[in-house]
Amino acid sequence: MSQSDILEGLAAILEEVAGVDPADVTADKTFIDDLDVDSLSMVEVVVAAEEKFDVKIPDEDVKSLKTVGDAVSYIQRAGVAA
Amino acid sequence: MNGSRLMGIGTYRPARLVTNDDLAKRVATSDEWVRSRTGIATRRIADTDETIVAMGSMAAEKALAAAGIDAAELDIVLLATCTNPSQIPGSGPQIAHRLGAVRAGALDINAGCAGFSYALSMASDMVRVGSARHVLVVAAERLSDYTDWDDRSTCILLADGAGAAVVGPAPTTEIGPAVWGHDGGKAGAIRVPGYGDNLFRMEGQTVFRWAITLTPTVRRACELAGVAPAELAGVIPHQANLRIIDALVTGIGATNAVVARDVVESGNTSAASIPLAFSRILDGGQLRPGDPVLLFGFGAGLTYCGQVVRCP
Repeated sequence: MSQSDILEGLAAILEEVAGVDPADVTADKTFIDDLDVDSLSMVEVVVAAEEKFDVKIPDEDVKSLKTVGDAVSYIQRAGVAA
Repeated sequence: MNGSRLMGIGTYRPARLVTNDDLAKRVATSDEWVRSRTGIATRRIADTDETIVAMGSMAAEKALAAAGIDAAELDIVLLATCTNPSQIPGSGPQIAHRLGAVRAGALDINAGCAGFSYALSMASDMVRVGSARHVLVVAAERLSDYTDWDDRSTCILLADGAGAAVVGPAPTTEIGPAVWGHDGGKAGAIRVPGYGDNLFRMEGQTVFRWAITLTPTVRRACELAGVAPAELAGVIPHQANLRIIDALVTGIGATNAVVARDVVESGNTSAASIPLAFSRILDGGQLRPGDPVLLFGFGAGLTYCGQVVRCP
């Protein structure tokens, strides 16, 4: 899956879970400070992303996903590995 | 084999109401922060004389009155609690004694926040096979005894209270098959360490993630009862956090159900939360006798149990 497809998928999840405007979702944005996604919403985003992209994102890796770009790269790598 | 049914429910809510602003005087938090993360606005905290035995007995008396039976007719008293003041003795026999349940067996069950659903399932099975005719299920908790009032991540959640239900025979089974399971590998996620450390600790995000991914199990409880999620008249999940409740209800597709949101007023009362929330909905007149209602408890263990029941 391409980076832009993953970004688009993440934007849809963020809109549904946390009401984030998809236009605001770009690779450089941080989840917490820029997109105002709190820690519990972040868990919901991760669970939804696991289902949508058929990847595993363990708790210990979630902390390292600061920006949307971090998540896109992680999902792309995890998808290839799976 | 007999059928079984819920005959009556009763509750006890401690007198003292504690607001988020009250907690913000002690720990760095705010009403807005607590409400947005948990949905909780207020909670009840027990006074010293509102013990597990006292609260459980008062809830039980109301349940017996609602069921129209006398304590002497009870065959067994099952107390679900995880916050006894000590390991020995259990509180179930003391509740049975106080009620005058003279010929009943009595014991405690610790399945954390899932305790009520587990005990209800056991009660139903006892009535169905005939080892008991009337079973009293009590859930009573004093989480405040184990609360770290300086830990802002948990003191905002925990609360006290009690609920009870009488289960008795019926022509058909109105208490549906239980779905249950555990993730004992995550035991440390909700814990009171013990051996001198008696304060409640929780890995909030781990528990949140575990809880919101239980939706296939919750759907299975509906399937076993032969009730589609859209046919549920009510959904009463353990009242841990409004965001878990909303995620579960959306996840299973219970589109027509009254959803219990007692957590807003009562906080997390562990095993007592389901009967407390059930009672609030019944008192509000939002459900009719015979309506199918999903109960689902989940928490410390980690362990979970749920079933579809018909309203008393």
